[in-house]
Amino acid sequence: MPKLTIEELEKLRERAKKATFLRETTDYRAKITVHMGTCGIAAGAREIMNAFLQELQARDITDVLLTNSGCAGLCSREPMATIEIKGQAPVKYVDLTPEKVKQIFEKHVLGGEIVQDYALGIGSEKTDY
Amino acid sequence: MEEKTTPTRYRLHLMVCAGTACVSNRSFEIKEALEKELKKQGLENEVLVVTTGCNGFCERGPLLVVQPGNIFYQQLTVKDIPYLVEEHFLKGRPVQKLMYTPPEEKKPIPVLNDIDFFKKQVLIALRNRGLIDPEKIEDYIARDGYRALVKALTQMTPEEIIEEIKKSGLRGRGGAGFPTGLKWEFVRLASPANGGLKYLVCNGDEGDPGAFMDRSILEADPHSVIEGMVIGAKAIGAQQGYVYIRNEYPLALKRLTLALEQAREYGLLGKDILGTGFDFDIKVARGAGAFVCGEETALLASIEGRLGEPRPRPPYPAQRGLYGQPTCINNVETWANVPVIINRGAEWFSKIGTKTSKGTKVFSLVGKINNTGLVEVPMGITLREIIFEIGGGIPGGKEFKAVQTGGPSGGCIPKEKLDLPIDYESLTEAGSMMGSGGMVVMDEDTCMVDVAKYFLSFTQDESCGKCTPCREGTKAMLDILERITKGEGTEEDLQLLEDLAVSIKETALCGLGKTAPNPVLTTLRYFRDEYLTHIRDKKCPAHVCRDLNVYTIDEKICLEVGHGCDVCRRNCASEAIIGEKNQPHRIIQEKCIKCGVCYDVCKFGAVKVD
Repeated sequence: MPKLTIEELEKLRERAKKATFLRETTDYRAKITVHMGTCGIAAGAREIMNAFLQELQARDITDVLLTNSGCAGLCSREPMATIEIKGQAPVKYVDLTPEKVKQIFEKHVLGGEIVQDYALGIGSEKTDY
Repeated sequence: MEEKTTPTRYRLHLMVCAGTACVSNRSFEIKEALEKELKKQGLENEVLVVTTGCNGFCERGPLLVVQPGNIFYQQLTVKDIPYLVEEHFLKGRPVQKLMYTPPEEKKPIPVLNDIDFFKKQVLIALRNRGLIDPEKIEDYIARDGYRALVKALTQMTPEEIIEEIKKSGLRGRGGAGFPTGLKWEFVRLASPANGGLKYLVCNGDEGDPGAFMDRSILEADPHSVIEGMVIGAKAIGAQQGYVYIRNEYPLALKRLTLALEQAREYGLLGKDILGTGFDFDIKVARGAGAFVCGEETALLASIEGRLGEPRPRPPYPAQRGLYGQPTCINNVETWANVPVIINRGAEWFSKIGTKTSKGTKVFSLVGKINNTGLVEVPMGITLREIIFEIGGGIPGGKEFKAVQTGGPSGGCIPKEKLDLPIDYESLTEAGSMMGSGGMVVMDEDTCMVDVAKYFLSFTQDESCGKCTPCREGTKAMLDILERITKGEGTEEDLQLLEDLAVSIKETALCGLGKTAPNPVLTTLRYFRDEYLTHIRDKKCPAHVCRDLNVYTIDEKICLEVGHGCDVCRRNCASEAIIGEKNQPHRIIQEKCIKCGVCYDVCKFGAVKVD
């Protein structure tokens, strides 16, 4: 590996920050929660999780938190995900497919516009964490 | 450089503690189990496992912190991993039973920052704690690593660097507290003899019993020390540096060596650093574990390959150090502070701490304390806050008796001084010293005479023997303490101890000898009663000094509660206990060797010690 110049060090830093931001960022612009109860997984939640992860990776986005939680209670409408733009009420999406994820990601997560066709309702039940 | 696209996007980073304490608690097995289980669940591209340096909360290892969210899991076993991976990492349900629950409470605390142990800590030297893999230079760089170096090499003159360090108020973290910037200035202004070089040394010869700050920093964040040293080298004009590190620290040695190789590969060390024309390299010198080699002149002799013995100062190493040339020697923690001061500025740094002592100090909290571990706290915090809030107090509802700071050179501080704000001056005034940061907590079951004896026998063992006061004087003091703990002491002995202590302090050659009497002096100052009880009543109040203990059996309890169970008699190696089964038992004092086994094995509390 050749020696670094100062500019190369700074480039390396940018790259390194992108690889490690998850450990430090506490302030996210948006939060995506995929519901991963047994019912969700059986209905294909893993695929949904992967679809979101791919969107984040492809667009190199670091200010959106992707996480999972247990069953949301509406097992018949799984796979489900909740999208919460900071400062706004969370929105639940149901009967998801990777194609729907793409649209929801572009319109809601990036554009801030709720995709009414796939949304169940607004709000989220309280949890301990 | 290898140009890749965006780094893999994970959704979780699992930070597994791989400091020495957690490693000895098998944290590498935890890591392997996690990776295996993640693969089994098909999560290996979603969840990354990272090994970090010491998290600090060693008492609860092996530890795992889940990011984002700072969810703190503790006392993990390999058996817990499949459940944890499925519940939390796959299904998103954090596992409460693996979280930390404070003693005497019922509800677990999920998030690291909410735990008392972490709440009051301020991290400067340990700024990257739990956030980086110490074996990856990229992780350090991501946390603004080597940014201070760029600043120092391109925007600051050596004089400006020294001025910044002076203004910050940083003082030596090895214990004596000499102002770092001033030391740098001395070396900067000194001229090498015969056109030679100036040297720069990192003292990693941590030897105080119970101290592990420097080891942890080198294990957890070796680049912070390297970066500090390169900045120091630019300031004083050195081209060659050494890190002196004990061979008993294999993990620190391994990670430091790796870090040096990485820094060299990236051109952050060696010739023409970052293309700025500045040359500096660092060698590792391994110490063989002699305590005296932590003393700077002995350490330098040891690097040169000579016997590790101190020599009189002056001349100080700043004038005549390694190979007779001007040498700047600072402790591991001091070096780790330097990049932060350059990055954030002297003003920011000097706002933390007290009037005379700026910044933070890392302590290793050990002994009779609930939360054993490594803590970094602002100067000026009280002992009470460290011991009872961060440390969680004394286990088993026992009474706090004293805290020993500064290792064999320090002293024992009693309960009355718990509200002492900690800085260099206040600790010295209390008869102890800051030292490198060992903090040994003692409870009511500790005998202070025995503690003084322990530390003195340590210095006696480690005394290099070069000067008479240390070699013979500490031996004479130790003999007296041994007499006292055997019940053979006299009240005149206390005066003799004090006289000896004063003359050793005044006449010993090096810092080790000069401070060796401190544990005796502080215990005499604060716990004189205990000495007198040993001498006058021939008793050890804490029942530690075996020769003074008298064991007896309460025959009533033995018969009525224990029904003469006979366990004590069967366990007594010296056949000093007589009695038939179902009958009361008795100890024949002439035969008793005071081993205390009968006391330990009696389930009914019939055996008494006095």
